[in-house]
Amino acid sequence: MAWSFDSHPDRVAAIDDTGAAITRGQIAGLAAQIRDVVPGRHLAFCLCSNTLGSLAGYAAFVENRIVPLMLSAGLDHALLGRLAELYRPTLLWAPHALVVPLVEAALVVEPPILSEHGYALMRTRYEPAVPMHDDLAVLLSTSGSTGSPHFVRCSYANLAANAASIVEYLEIGADERPITTLPMEYSYGLSILNAHFAAGATVLVTSKSLVEKEFWSFFQRERATSFGGVPYTYGMLKRLRFFTMDLPSLKTMTQAGGKLSEALHRELAEYAHATGRRFFVMYGQTEATARMSYLPPQRSLDKCGSIGIAIPGGELSLRDADGGTITQPEITGELVYVGPNVSLGYAHSSDDLAKGDENSHVLVTGDMARRDADGYHYIVGRKKRFIKIFGNRVNLDEMEQLILSAFPGTDCACIGRDDKVTIFIVDGNPASDVRRFIAGKTALHPTAFVVTAVLAIPKSGAGKTLYAELETSLAGP
Amino acid sequence: MTNTEKYTKAFVEAFDVPPDTLPTLVYQAISSWDSVGHMGLMAVLEETFGITMEIDDVIDFSSFEKGKTLLTKYGVEF
Repeated sequence: MAWSFDSHPDRVAAIDDTGAAITRGQIAGLAAQIRDVVPGRHLAFCLCSNTLGSLAGYAAFVENRIVPLMLSAGLDHALLGRLAELYRPTLLWAPHALVVPLVEAALVVEPPILSEHGYALMRTRYEPAVPMHDDLAVLLSTSGSTGSPHFVRCSYANLAANAASIVEYLEIGADERPITTLPMEYSYGLSILNAHFAAGATVLVTSKSLVEKEFWSFFQRERATSFGGVPYTYGMLKRLRFFTMDLPSLKTMTQAGGKLSEALHRELAEYAHATGRRFFVMYGQTEATARMSYLPPQRSLDKCGSIGIAIPGGELSLRDADGGTITQPEITGELVYVGPNVSLGYAHSSDDLAKGDENSHVLVTGDMARRDADGYHYIVGRKKRFIKIFGNRVNLDEMEQLILSAFPGTDCACIGRDDKVTIFIVDGNPASDVRRFIAGKTALHPTAFVVTAVLAIPKSGAGKTLYAELETSLAGP
Repeated sequence: MTNTEKYTKAFVEAFDVPPDTLPTLVYQAISSWDSVGHMGLMAVLEETFGITMEIDDVIDFSSFEKGKTLLTKYGVEF
């Protein structure tokens, strides 16, 4: 595989916040150890955490052509049991602390067949190994932590291609030292590991979060050069007065995982320009292994709000409602990506693991976007967040932005279907004002809008609005 | 309300936990006290006591007990 850990075996692949380190040679050694006890192809549930054991196990599995299905080590054991029934993994890689609970939950057969770097390799009660397609390398969840049975099938070629593109446009060299800020079971977090493995760099691994003192002392002690963040991460950094922190080693910041507000994008870009750093806004989906576009940092101010251009090796285009390709600038259409990192397809159970490539390198993203005359792309919203009200196309995301700017300090969420939009707004704003405002702005009849006052808008851990919960609340008890 | 009561109320509201579990509560011991919950708690405490906490104290605020020590720096006595 592309990472060839046995080349430069003395180079440090990762260091954790206790000062423990693992070299590339040790990862190659772990792969050899695993090969001795479990030869051949297997499906392994990889219970991930930002630790050396988790990272080394994942890397060794990929080296050995064992397919890891990436899950959070914090996943509820009942959900884990349900996923195991669906996917029938023969192996499980988990932190030592979970061995006893997993045995008690009858998810694994004791004792561990191998124990390294704080992690244990265990056999499950499923036998034999399920048939898997030769190209299948890793299974990634699109939802993160909820135990959804829906996974993206990525190939070895997908991993190699996306890592190579990322190394190229971020110009990652062997002297880079990224610090972990995202879970490694999340495609964005994993793409950072993959790209730095490919570059022979050293990953700084910590399970501490940005609001912990130990994170920042580790950052400074080990001279981190870069980190990645979702919009919520950057919102939090701003509140932590990140712009005034003394971080001399920091060179690069990347952002993906949703649209940053234009104000925060500008603030980060200005900070980067003023301090000689690089700030990359990027766009991607798990369905494309991770990355599809990036905004070159020298354009981050004059193209503020843009997701930029396709990554090296990829192509972006816009498609109109009839499926035709849009060639004119400033016209909104559905964003389509073509590239070698587009995944093979989805899996819903072990039955799907023998399937080959169902996408032929084409990903219809479900995101609506426009392109300016210089070829820079701007996401307008999710396709399914566009609805028709009395024959007029309405963008629910845009509507939220309008309300938020007109009623500062509040929070809101819009859902809608069939000529009816429900606006959830945090208590304190007269419903009639909100309704009058949005009807005026959209030039639609006020009867299309229902305003519901709520105490808070439900959010995920990453700060994304949980629309499904709002839909459920409408359906009644 | 005494400062101890206000302090306790802030935790109960931020994390939806019973008050008797608070004395031993540390960061990330419960799912609601993650990084998102942490910033929410800081906002409630700043508002409750009319203070602005320094960044070093925000990231050093690792437990219910530790928080009390940190708040005394801002004149909040328990």
